[in-house]
Amino acid sequence: MRRVGLVLLLGLATAVSLAFLLLPIVALFVHTTPGRLISQLSSDVVKDAFVVSLKTSLIAQLLIVGFGTPTAFVIATRRFPGRSLAVTLVELPLVLPPAVAGIGLLAAFGRMGLLGSELSALGISLPFTQSAVVVAVTFVASPLYVRAAIAAFEGVDPDLVAASRTLGVSPTRTFFRVVLPLARAGLAAGLALSFARGLGEFGATIMFAGSLQAVTQTLPLAIYSQFDLDFDTAVAMGAVLVLVSIVLLVSLRLLLSWQSSSSTRSSSRFGLSTSG
Amino acid sequence: MAELVLDEIVVPLRSFDLRLSLDVEGTVALVGPSGAGKSTILRVIAGLVKPRSGRVAVAGKTWFDSGRRVDLPVDERAVGFLFQDYALFPHMTVRQNIEFARQNKAERYLWQFHLDHLADARPAELSGGERQRVALARALARNPKVLLLDEPLAALDTHTKATVRRELHELLHELQIPTLFVTHDFEDAAALADRVGVLVEGSLRQFGQTSELVAQPADPFVASFTGANLLRGRVTGSSDGVARVRLPDGTVIATTGAAAGDVVVAVYPWDVTVSIVEPHDSALNVIAAPIDSITELGNRVRLAVGPLSAEITSESLRRLDLRVDQKVFASFKATGTRVLSSDV
Repeated sequence: MRRVGLVLLLGLATAVSLAFLLLPIVALFVHTTPGRLISQLSSDVVKDAFVVSLKTSLIAQLLIVGFGTPTAFVIATRRFPGRSLAVTLVELPLVLPPAVAGIGLLAAFGRMGLLGSELSALGISLPFTQSAVVVAVTFVASPLYVRAAIAAFEGVDPDLVAASRTLGVSPTRTFFRVVLPLARAGLAAGLALSFARGLGEFGATIMFAGSLQAVTQTLPLAIYSQFDLDFDTAVAMGAVLVLVSIVLLVSLRLLLSWQSSSSTRSSSRFGLSTSG
Repeated sequence: MAELVLDEIVVPLRSFDLRLSLDVEGTVALVGPSGAGKSTILRVIAGLVKPRSGRVAVAGKTWFDSGRRVDLPVDERAVGFLFQDYALFPHMTVRQNIEFARQNKAERYLWQFHLDHLADARPAELSGGERQRVALARALARNPKVLLLDEPLAALDTHTKATVRRELHELLHELQIPTLFVTHDFEDAAALADRVGVLVEGSLRQFGQTSELVAQPADPFVASFTGANLLRGRVTGSSDGVARVRLPDGTVIATTGAAAGDVVVAVYPWDVTVSIVEPHDSALNVIAAPIDSITELGNRVRLAVGPLSAEITSESLRRLDLRVDQKVFASFKATGTRVLSSDV
């Protein structure tokens, strides 16, 4: 009898949890009919926000990959003083409240900020521009990529690198012929997570870049500005973000399962579980 | 002229300095316990580890010389390096692995190493023996001037090992490339190498042909590594060139070596005769004890009798009908012993 009770309790708890997670998602899609949902997406606010989000996200992810990949490679393969400090620094934005990140960015790059006078001497004013959105997204989303990249590079057997070198191949070509192909799936998984995080960025962006339509108003900011004016439009934008997130998550899982089947190394090193 | 010269190499390791001078012609094995610095030597030659000082030269060309500040990068040293776990590129096929160095087409090597049918397979699909053949093929396809093998047989199971050892022996014989390989298994060294160096805690204890190491081990470590029984005792007297050594349990051993004080007497298992009745022959030394264990090694059998390990054929085992716990007489001649000073 006791056993049956326990099974029921476990089943109930699981059902409640899953329903709780599912309900808001479902609500977004059943709020209106699909036809009206699509028509609401054609408003200028939505179009502008979509363009701003897409543009800033792409530039931010390019910066993250461009600077994050070498950084991760150095941290993963070199032993230098202060290395663990560097790892902590790379992960810091992950635990920092986004509002704090926004204030910090203002304090660093704002007109009165740490680098404010240097930047204005160069004729650059960052806050409340589209570049500020890029900076905020880069700051907040980069740890997800860099962490995964460090794990991916650490997962490449150093003997494989040594083997390539003994076969007469230079360090640079070894990176492109051995290291990168073996770390590729981990890097892509990190990028997917970083992209999802950047797309949903709200706190740091609103503090550092503001919410100006067609300039700095990304989809999450547009949802916030619309929800007391036009709730239906806000919901429609929410649905779009959910769809993008689902696509990212599914491709991430596919990547990770491909990674674990194509190489003998476990994918658990990416700090993500493929099971479940 | 030696093809591979290591001249006063010094590498600081965790608890000791590795110091080595060695000329390699033909096939040389470095044996010794784990952590003795064997693999480090291979990595020094390949340029993967930088020594504090010394000189490495191959075929007359200097690869490293601390005095003249020569230090060729890894990819400019023509080494064929066989890694312990073979380090095959998992994202490439067998053919792509072999052609990785882009110096030779794979065909010849696929044929030579019986890998034709596996050309398009990935390393994960191969058996241990096949991986070893791919790794060797890949190392040779880069036209090496020296071959470095790190525990080439350690990753293989016992059955595969015998076959691969035979193949490797033939290959090394044909190649005519100076080869240095490290192993912790003296039998592998004896089977494959022209000369064997025993490396313990970073220094070469003895270097010579296998037969020399067995006939004249430099110290108890080399003796035990070459497979000898070691009996510790104290010399109680000598007459007519025969010294008597008293073991801790009171047994007295006769040996032909000249020695005094605390000594170690080395006896090889194949010099020990086992009988079920007390022998009356020329053997001066008889140890009567029950058989502790019987271990089959192919067509040979190892018997543990008291402090001794004796090696007999499977046929003898059957003929004498020996069993564990049975009391037997293990005997060996005084001339079959080597006396070594015990201060090591």
